[in-house]
Amino acid sequence: MIEFLKKEILSTDQDKVYNKEVEKKLQIIGKKSIDKPIIFIGTGTCGLGAGAGETADAVENYLKENDIDASIIKTGCIGLCSSEPILDIQLPGRNRISFENVSEDKVESILNNIFSLAIPPDEKVLGQFMSENSKAWEGIIPISEHAFFKPQKRIVLKNCGIIDPISIEEYIANGGYKSYLNVLKKETPENICDIVEASGLRGRGGGGFPTGKKWKFTLNTDSDQKYLICNADEGDPGAFMDRAVIEGDPHRLIEGMGIAAFGIGATKSYVYIRAEYPLAIERLKIALEQAKEYGILGKNIFDSGIDFEIKIKMGAGAFVCGEETALIHSIEGKRGMPRPRPPYPAVSGLFKKPTIINNVETLANLSYIIKNGAADFASMGTENSKGTKVFALSGKIALTGLIEVAMGTTVREVLYNIAGGIPNNKKFKSVQIGGPSGGCITEENLDIQIDYDSLLEVGAMMGSGGLVVMDEDTCMVDVAKFFMDFIQRESCGKCIPCREGTRRMLEILNDITAKPRPGEKHDALRRFKGITQLEKLGKVIQETSLCGLGQTAPNPVLSTLKWFRHEYEEHIFERTCSAQVCTELRTFSINVDNCTGCTVCAIKCPADAIIGSRKKPHFIIEDKCISCGICDDVCKFDAIIIN
Amino acid sequence: MTSEVLTKYPEVGRDSLIPILQDIQDVEGWLSEESLSEVGRHLNLPVSKIYGVATFYNQFRFQPKGKYHVQICRGTACHVLGSSNVQKKLEQLLKVKADETTKDGKFSLEVVACIGACGLAPVISVNGKFHAKVTPDSIKKIIKSYKSKKDD
Amino acid sequence: MTITVNDKIVEAKANETVLDVLTREGIKVPTLCHLKDMLPTGACRMCVVEDMDSGNLITSCSSTAYDGLNIKTHSPRVTESRKMITELLLSNHPDDCLYCVRNMNCELQNLSNDLCVTERRISGLKNKLPIDRTSASIIRDPEKCILCGRCVRVCEEVMDVACIDFVGRGNKTIVSTAFHNGLNVTSCINCGQCIAVCPTGALTEQNHFTEIKEALQDKTKTVVIQYAPAITVSIAEEFGMPYGEDVNGIMNAAIRKMGFDYVFDTSFGADLTIMEESAELVDRVLNGGKLPLITSCCPGWVKYAEQTAPDFIDNLSSCKSPAQMQGAITKSHFANTQNIKHEDIYSVSIMPCTAKKFEAQRKEMTQNGISDIDAVLTTREFVKLIKMYGIDLISLNPEIADNPLGTRSSAGKLFGATGGVAEAAIRTAYHRITGEDLIEFKIPALRCLKGRKETKVKIGDLELGVAVVNGMSNARELLDEIRNGRDDIHFIEIMACPGGCVGGGGQPINLDPEAVRKRMLTLYDIDNKDSIKASHNNPYIQKLYRDFLGEPLSEISHKLLHTHYEKRDVIL
Repeated sequence: MIEFLKKEILSTDQDKVYNKEVEKKLQIIGKKSIDKPIIFIGTGTCGLGAGAGETADAVENYLKENDIDASIIKTGCIGLCSSEPILDIQLPGRNRISFENVSEDKVESILNNIFSLAIPPDEKVLGQFMSENSKAWEGIIPISEHAFFKPQKRIVLKNCGIIDPISIEEYIANGGYKSYLNVLKKETPENICDIVEASGLRGRGGGGFPTGKKWKFTLNTDSDQKYLICNADEGDPGAFMDRAVIEGDPHRLIEGMGIAAFGIGATKSYVYIRAEYPLAIERLKIALEQAKEYGILGKNIFDSGIDFEIKIKMGAGAFVCGEETALIHSIEGKRGMPRPRPPYPAVSGLFKKPTIINNVETLANLSYIIKNGAADFASMGTENSKGTKVFALSGKIALTGLIEVAMGTTVREVLYNIAGGIPNNKKFKSVQIGGPSGGCITEENLDIQIDYDSLLEVGAMMGSGGLVVMDEDTCMVDVAKFFMDFIQRESCGKCIPCREGTRRMLEILNDITAKPRPGEKHDALRRFKGITQLEKLGKVIQETSLCGLGQTAPNPVLSTLKWFRHEYEEHIFERTCSAQVCTELRTFSINVDNCTGCTVCAIKCPADAIIGSRKKPHFIIEDKCISCGICDDVCKFDAIIIN
Repeated sequence: MTSEVLTKYPEVGRDSLIPILQDIQDVEGWLSEESLSEVGRHLNLPVSKIYGVATFYNQFRFQPKGKYHVQICRGTACHVLGSSNVQKKLEQLLKVKADETTKDGKFSLEVVACIGACGLAPVISVNGKFHAKVTPDSIKKIIKSYKSKKDD
Repeated sequence: MTITVNDKIVEAKANETVLDVLTREGIKVPTLCHLKDMLPTGACRMCVVEDMDSGNLITSCSSTAYDGLNIKTHSPRVTESRKMITELLLSNHPDDCLYCVRNMNCELQNLSNDLCVTERRISGLKNKLPIDRTSASIIRDPEKCILCGRCVRVCEEVMDVACIDFVGRGNKTIVSTAFHNGLNVTSCINCGQCIAVCPTGALTEQNHFTEIKEALQDKTKTVVIQYAPAITVSIAEEFGMPYGEDVNGIMNAAIRKMGFDYVFDTSFGADLTIMEESAELVDRVLNGGKLPLITSCCPGWVKYAEQTAPDFIDNLSSCKSPAQMQGAITKSHFANTQNIKHEDIYSVSIMPCTAKKFEAQRKEMTQNGISDIDAVLTTREFVKLIKMYGIDLISLNPEIADNPLGTRSSAGKLFGATGGVAEAAIRTAYHRITGEDLIEFKIPALRCLKGRKETKVKIGDLELGVAVVNGMSNARELLDEIRNGRDDIHFIEIMACPGGCVGGGGQPINLDPEAVRKRMLTLYDIDNKDSIKASHNNPYIQKLYRDFLGEPLSEISHKLLHTHYEKRDVIL
């Protein structure tokens, strides 16, 4: 098997036309033609969170009880998190069909029906995977026609949720590792850098620096050892594409790393991955073992004379380690504090050797670029942003999950055509992109094309591509506060503006959303001055901070100030939060008609702000009330009125 | 137990520090002063440096972990969907604050930046098992189910 | 190569930082985290300048000058940024300048003054942190710390101790010990170099003023004071005189004005140390004792040896340090000859050193439960004390120290600079072996501020290998060489502080390396001019041996002047 597949990696397209035998064998390995049923269950982290583990158990029991010879394959995530658990069934000679929200109790009915070649009437079908070799299910749409998938252009996510992530055989049978071996056997590093530069690929981790250009710095630096680091420390809250790629298609990453290492002349590499991603780590470990077994990693790969090894380094929880020099310090066993650049890591990085750090998504694009050529990749996207981009959709949106679209797709298209718009008839307010470094896109900017430059124009940034959707129930001051709180906790503490400035900005925001203090004069003026201070502090932090984290730290505040200043003013002057999020600005009173005088609220009130005698209606002393809402939580008679 | 972990790392340099600390915490649940000093001797590194590194990263704990380790995700998506209320409720239910362990040693609470399951927000994880789309109400039931689990 | 600074063309050298160019041009750009000769960390952001081409603010400490660079050092944008950074620091600072040891001598205070911070624009919660007073030498007040990291770097990179590091993260970061333990149980060697580089009052010395003032008031006490060789050349700058000026005479007068009963010179104790140590050296060389012999007069190095290099404890000279020898003689022979009960003597030393405070309270430094030295003042404290007593130093007439413990050879005086002990020891060892004095006393190879110096000295048929190191990182390097089999060195002088005692951790706070150099040069100058250039030629030393001690290494010497150190268990 191994020898067969190794040969396959080296074969060209022409070889295959003449060899039907090989073709057939590959179809079996690649599960295009099968001889017994296969049940696929999406068991990425999000799938498991939605109960895919239980679903898988139920499937196993079902097969055992009914004595059916079928295999179960645990795939990664296809991207449609809100439909998890997703269960696909492929019968010999039949198209693979996909069901959504398959909780364990639904397994029996679905399998009963499918094994008798019927579509279960009550279950939701996502679609079927069309194939020329097998028969289609009637009345079922091709999955590629599903609204969520149709506008997508999947390069990085191509295999995610579809193939068995821990089967190198399947990856190879689907054309995997061919690009890498081609590169090893036929290319020069200079050429590879040129191709990648010509493709227009830019770093997907946030900065957007042209990848090929960056590689050339390292390629042109003489050194006895160079390093490649894959940055999988996806710290941006709201982004999870790196996790999904590693869980769903780890070999694509390995192949990309191999190509990158060749391009820069590195023989050693690290995957720096968050410890919070245990499943991704486990699958990556398995994939690395498989690649070693196939001789794709190790010494003298396929007799090319080239060595390449990949080690896993687990991050230990520090957002700042997404910054290149901090990440390097972390691998070196130091505190993850950034250092001044230059020297840039590309010239002097890990262990003071030239080091290239690329993000998972960047690397996962490489096999495609090598296979299809720079021009093909560059044909997608906009003028300065080529190819596709994966986005993580979450928040107040109908369909959550991962999508991959060509650069230049509009925000509106993503939110409304792909992700189904805002649920519960709520009004859209904003979408936050770029996480703690990014900003907001508002209604009026929904038609901008998503690419590096146009996002910067509206005061946001690509970041790693997390899109968190907010509706009318979201308070933008609160969102700003959330990011400021995050960033001041995650600041490494090294440079003064970021360390001291972010906490002061948070304090100002806290003051704006805090309960009015009784007897306080000119407090509105103080808070209003706070806004001016936010802007001043924000500017100094942006301009003087040591690293990218600090330089972008004020963005969420400045962006919300720019687009939602009225919300700030409402908090300051009217002391209300119309989204009802800033709890301290709520006022509480008791509906005397409902209150039974049970005294529970008075006992639980942490501020002793509720008075009243037993079995008589109680009252809240407004000056004492801290607006914590505990009375409402404990009241069994719905007697608390919140304004 | 620390020494057992260290036998897996013969002749290593400082770049093995974080993996060693992770391994020790895996085995012992937390990092004790004794463990850190032992690591210092093993790596020939001043213990202040080791303490400095360990306290830099969120992952490391300096208190024993509870029998059930509850992690609450405070990522953006979770926040927008109300994880701060979930956290409050958890702290109220367990009578501990983030990064603390209950007196009976049964529960420890940790706030994590983002678990990466944003599509299912808000999320908590108990001993690695995810609970999706939690609310202050559902969290009650979840905690209760662990509380009532027999000591095994 | 030229760069444009504030619209003027300025010469720059290749690989020079922008900060270096600006300093040379006399343009002061404020810095907090910068330390000369160390890699920039870029932490404080104070030295930003405006890059007129990119429009960015760049840090001048970490940016290399390149041809055509065009910067503005004091544009409104730059100064406003610096000001706000300073205000941010102040917003988390105790603001108790009037009560701070470093009042009027604080970089943060100077900065806010220079940048015209006159209004509290930024305020908020301040970190509340406990003060660590556990160490005999050093007090840490983390609330005053601005996290510039200089102490951390000096402690690790220069001193090879690393008992402190950044702990925690973000605005919770503090500089602390492992597990926030008290400094007294850490590997701290009390050298005080952290204090010397601290820009604020976060690191200061333990202060013995109250006890000293009480002793001076106490009629039953005879208060004796001694000053280390480096002191007389180190305080001038604090009184408006040039760096390194020798003020021995007026200093003696000032001390008497404060009410001290006897003024002694520790350089006498240094001569005594040389008598004993050179005898020990000759003995070990001729009789096959443990070599190399390593000096033990630096208490920082001694503690380092006990905890970090216990394999070298047998190499340590058994001699106590000059100050402790002098203290021991004061409370024994001197007390006897003056008919003072030894417990009625209150013995104070002025040292350029914080580790001496630790040394003075060691159990090895006591006789029958009574300490050889009761209180130690650093140079800084001594200067303060002079000011506190309202003494106008400049108007005083020079006086000489009291005898018998006030007359010294210039060899003893050399102890103040790195290499001085070795030079002094060779002068006397030569005499001890050959019976003659050296013709040329000076050993140029051992004279300069370099961290490591080595030479070979011919004494009769013997060729003695001598090494001198300062800074514990340099010491470690040398010790490692010896561990790896190097055997051509017979005598090593080790001083913890860079430059030796003239650069000690108790010296006036001054980051200008010129200050240390000038102090050293004055010591050399004194040696040039003095007539008694070797310890064994000091008539009072000769008299002390005749009257009291007998021979070097005699039984009584051993009882009073020698000790033994042991391995110390400390979490490293």
